[in-house]
Amino acid sequence: MKLDSHVPEGPIADKWDNHKFDVKLVNPANKRKFHVLVVGSGLAGASAAATLGELGYQVTMLTFHDSPRRAHSIAAQGGINAAKNYRNDGDSVQRLFYDTVKGGDFRAREANVYRLAQVSVNIIDQCVAQGVPFAREYGGLLDNRSFGGAQVSRTFYARGQTGQQLLLGAYQALARQVHLGNVDLHTRTEMLDLVVKDGRACGVVARHLITGQVKSFAGHAVVLATGGYGNVFYLSTNAMASNVTAAWRAHKRGALMANPCFTQIHPTCIPASDDFQSKLTLMSESLRNDGRIWVPESGTDTRSPDQIPESERDYYLERRYPTFGNLVPRDVASRASKREVDEGRGVGPIKNGVYLDFGEAINRLGRHTMEERYDNLFQMYERITGDDPYKVPMRIYPAVHYTMGGLWVDYNLMSNVAGLYVLGEANFSDHGANRLGASALMQGLADGYFVLPATINDYLAPLLGSPAVGTDDPAFKAAESNVADQTNRMLSVKGTKSVDHFHRELGKIMWNDCGMARSAETLDNALSAIPALRDEFWTDVKILGDGESFNQSLEKAGRVADFLEFGELLVRDARDREESCGGHFRVEHQTEDGEALRDDDNFAYAAAWEWKGVGEQPEVHKEPLTFDNVHLAQRSYK
Amino acid sequence: MDLTLRVWRQAGPDSPGRFETYAMPGVSEDMSFLELFDVLNEQLLADNEEPVAFDHDCREGICGSCAMMIDGRAHGPEKGTATCQLHLRKLKNGSVITVEPWRSAGFPIIKDLAVDRSAFDRIVESGGFITAPTGAARDANEILVPKEASDAAMDAAACIGCGACVAACPNSAAQLFTAAKYSHLSLLPQGQPERYTRVVAMVEEMEKYFGSCTNHGECEQACPKEISIDFIAMLNRDFVKAQFKNTRLSGQRA
Amino acid sequence: MTATQANTGQHRQPVHPGTPPAHPVLRFWRSAVGKKWIMAVTGIMLLGFVFAHMVGNLKIYLGAGPLNTYAEWLRNLGEPALPRTVLLWIMRIGLIGAFFLHIVSAAQLTRMNQRARPSKYQSPRDYAAASFASRTMRWTGVIVGLYLIFHLMDLTWGNANPRYVRGDTYENVIHSFKRVPVAIVYILANIALAIHIFHGAWSMFQSLGLNNPKWNRARRTFAMGFATLIGVVNISFPLMVVTGVVK
Ligand SMILES: Cc1cc2nc3c(=O)[nH]c(=O)nc-3n(C[C@H](O)[C@H](O)[C@H](O)COP(=O)(O)OP(=O)(O)OC[C@H]3O[C@@H](n4cnc5c(N)ncnc54)[C@H](O)[C@@H]3O)c2cc1C
Ligand code: SF4
Ligand code: FES
Repeated sequence: MKLDSHVPEGPIADKWDNHKFDVKLVNPANKRKFHVLVVGSGLAGASAAATLGELGYQVTMLTFHDSPRRAHSIAAQGGINAAKNYRNDGDSVQRLFYDTVKGGDFRAREANVYRLAQVSVNIIDQCVAQGVPFAREYGGLLDNRSFGGAQVSRTFYARGQTGQQLLLGAYQALARQVHLGNVDLHTRTEMLDLVVKDGRACGVVARHLITGQVKSFAGHAVVLATGGYGNVFYLSTNAMASNVTAAWRAHKRGALMANPCFTQIHPTCIPASDDFQSKLTLMSESLRNDGRIWVPESGTDTRSPDQIPESERDYYLERRYPTFGNLVPRDVASRASKREVDEGRGVGPIKNGVYLDFGEAINRLGRHTMEERYDNLFQMYERITGDDPYKVPMRIYPAVHYTMGGLWVDYNLMSNVAGLYVLGEANFSDHGANRLGASALMQGLADGYFVLPATINDYLAPLLGSPAVGTDDPAFKAAESNVADQTNRMLSVKGTKSVDHFHRELGKIMWNDCGMARSAETLDNALSAIPALRDEFWTDVKILGDGESFNQSLEKAGRVADFLEFGELLVRDARDREESCGGHFRVEHQTEDGEALRDDDNFAYAAAWEWKGVGEQPEVHKEPLTFDNVHLAQRSYK
Repeated sequence: MDLTLRVWRQAGPDSPGRFETYAMPGVSEDMSFLELFDVLNEQLLADNEEPVAFDHDCREGICGSCAMMIDGRAHGPEKGTATCQLHLRKLKNGSVITVEPWRSAGFPIIKDLAVDRSAFDRIVESGGFITAPTGAARDANEILVPKEASDAAMDAAACIGCGACVAACPNSAAQLFTAAKYSHLSLLPQGQPERYTRVVAMVEEMEKYFGSCTNHGECEQACPKEISIDFIAMLNRDFVKAQFKNTRLSGQRA
Repeated sequence: MTATQANTGQHRQPVHPGTPPAHPVLRFWRSAVGKKWIMAVTGIMLLGFVFAHMVGNLKIYLGAGPLNTYAEWLRNLGEPALPRTVLLWIMRIGLIGAFFLHIVSAAQLTRMNQRARPSKYQSPRDYAAASFASRTMRWTGVIVGLYLIFHLMDLTWGNANPRYVRGDTYENVIHSFKRVPVAIVYILANIALAIHIFHGAWSMFQSLGLNNPKWNRARRTFAMGFATLIGVVNISFPLMVVTGVVK
């Protein structure tokens, strides 16, 4: 199989404009004749469905949430980037492009990233027109903050609820289309299979989560905007229901899965307090601007933090990275904490965190200033842990936060399966091996508002006159029985262990062997542990109730079953990539200072995996990545 | 700590329901209220009893999925806190805690504690948007929005659509939700052209499913985002104004 | 509630069916927000009446002459532009209309609210804001309504007052309030009235949408002050008579 990224010719700055001119168009009167299925109502899905509806396509939207507004995008806090240069601080499309490629450790496709930076400015205009209440200055203009190591202030935000406000904007636009009858909305409907006929995606099969009814949906094209797979680690900052199922089932129908090992760990999350912990909560990265990270010098120190004198504290980031100190990038900060905890110097009841101390900042700036900057975060922390960060240092630890890998797509966002488009976090995206803060929201909306609506016509136009494959086609019937079979198979195991048990166990393997630091040895270990756990799942999982009603354990079981297959692929990808880059850190490949050591000669490619069957060795296809506009360079934060 | 849960169990929309009592000994006070239900469900599974169905997702108070009536209070005793953010340390050791679903004709029960809140989507669909088709927007800084106005819009926009306002309202009214959604848009300059059609559409849709607001103020207390009933007054005023407005003249004022 | 509604997870069947009428007035009247507005406007009229009534009745402390003069002045109001008692009747009709709309709205909203929650909470509620006054509006309203009828029969039509003499307001009042059970009825009813007014006088600002965060505290204070004033003064009349202070 040859991967063709369909990147247009010409200078990078002109590619998108040229491409929009070159693609085939569907005339307005004919748009109604095309039916597009959109799965997922997060930023990417909602914006795509709304825009396609506005253009005149007939859209069907599926989401397993009870309302489109509850998609996981709602939880994003920090902000969204755009190269508006409203601050006059030297930002530009070129700079956002450069920062993103470099931040992604040179593992993203240049042309896509450039386009992302270009449309970023339109996103802000669009959102403001919809009524997104971004933070403003007293003069009435939009405010910006700097974020995640960028040297310019280009992040737009709405208090600590940027994702919520952006999603509400997209959701409201979607609601308008639902009202006008252009979008047919199906909530609590989970896609469980992709239907492919003659090499074209022509529909999906879904299960209604309340009635258990298995139903087929047909369309001329299928758009997946189903989010990331961070929950393969069990504990992550993702919402409980986030999963890989839609992407994975598409993968099993032929779509390639690219770079699954590129996962991002966020350094400032609240550590787990016990085994019952169901998810981890992110504490904004901005806390590192005023907090100092430390651990006691001695791992046996049991004193409370305020009893430990300065001389016995190790401010290890400041010590090791004198220039950037506590503000080193996410991956560097995360690995440093891991090292401290692994070496036994962790703090807290189960010694699984490090201190983030505001004592010095409170003394220097006064409590009032700190309240203005961080009060909502401090309150959130206190609510969860019961500790008051104004008095006791916070305990933090890294957690899985975002996944850069996903289904492979070309410049048009179409996967290798004709007619199957993938948007948002679900695709292998524009972030390479590491995503910059505030860039995921930007990408989701770029894909949905601007990219897909401009490229999907190229695929649809030649299909004019050919009706969509009917849901009575054998391809649909086969997929329906496939779905029903899996449900029955899971219900009939009647074992002894809960679905959560398997998810937790998988999470432990993934985190320990394929988490912040990976080695050939740990990865090989995972490669034998995961199939064993999967076999155990299929012989010992216990699910009560039936498939014809609202059955949350059953829902979850299907998702965990997919994670048990997908996790293996993630590990295999990590094993194959004999280099360190961005979020993927192989201990064998590091500089003398312990930094990620890339191998551009051998690994400047996207690894796109082809499914060969459960337990079978998947086949890798490589899309070479070339860097004509940004020079390959090693990162250094000393 | 030791707790006892009395949980409403109901197999389906039309099945009869009842309280079941479950002892929860030795639970950690660092647990969240939903994690307590996770533990309960593991326990039930081991006893071959069907787990309790309840909606949840983000578990950090932003998605609005979680919804439990805890000891007669929507989202429990803590002010400004969604069920998922309630931690057991806020409850009394040894207490018996009664948990019911939201009850409202507008929120039919699906199973156990899970209800159907899609009537809220109907309200938004009816007019809770600004018509701004993708691509036509002008530069984001062209329209100035005074900071106070923008902040007020954000106060309203913080609504997570959880439905606690309806659950807590003695009349099962959805005024706070509708007012929050309405005010968010109508406080902004971008929301002005559709302001009066929006208010009528949203109020009429709301009244198809919910009760009427008689100004108890219970919603504001239950709201995890502490949205103010001031917005309800705003909604009421604009609804009345809409009756008298000659909207053909609305272009005359800039 | 049919099973199918909850089963789709897409609630589309209205709890309160029907389509809004085309005529704007009817459409406004049909909406609950409209009815609450009408309740607020009629409520203001009724508050005005209650206040004026109270001020007028204070003349009782000045003796028979002033009170009877005041009553007579009311009948002559509007003269000579209007014939005697015409303006009084116009005001009475206005008041009757206000009462009617206030009560019909309340009844319809109550029914709507009952339909909106057909199955009640099965465990006790723990209210955080809803006050005794707000939750008992329906009952205090009914009490005040019944009392009003009695009050009219007692002092306007005279059928509940054996010693009623048309035109002699002062004596009628004294004779009526001297009866202990009647005094108790008056006192209890006015407590109910004050409670009703307390929530109503605050709530009307919300219903009318007269809201400015700067004045929100003043609204409470106003409601509390107004309700207390009406309650204390109105209760003082039967109390003073039954205790013999006013004879
Ligand atoms: C705590 C947190 C904070 C973050 N903060 C930021 C930030 O400040 N800035 C930033 O840029 N990014 C941030 N991110 C990342 C960003 O939020 C996500 O990457 C982005 O929102 C993903 O959007 P999406 O549309 O791709 O998917 P999602 O929002 O995850 O939506 C997925 C949708 O797909 C549906 N779905 C999935 N599977 C199926 C199926 N099988 N059948 C039917 N429907 C399905 C779901 O119902 C849902 O509607 C944050 C992430 C987290 C976890
Ligand atoms: S107004 Fe408050 S209580 Fe009501 S839905 Fe919104 S967040 Fe929930
Ligand atoms: S689970 Fe999302 S708000 Fe509680």
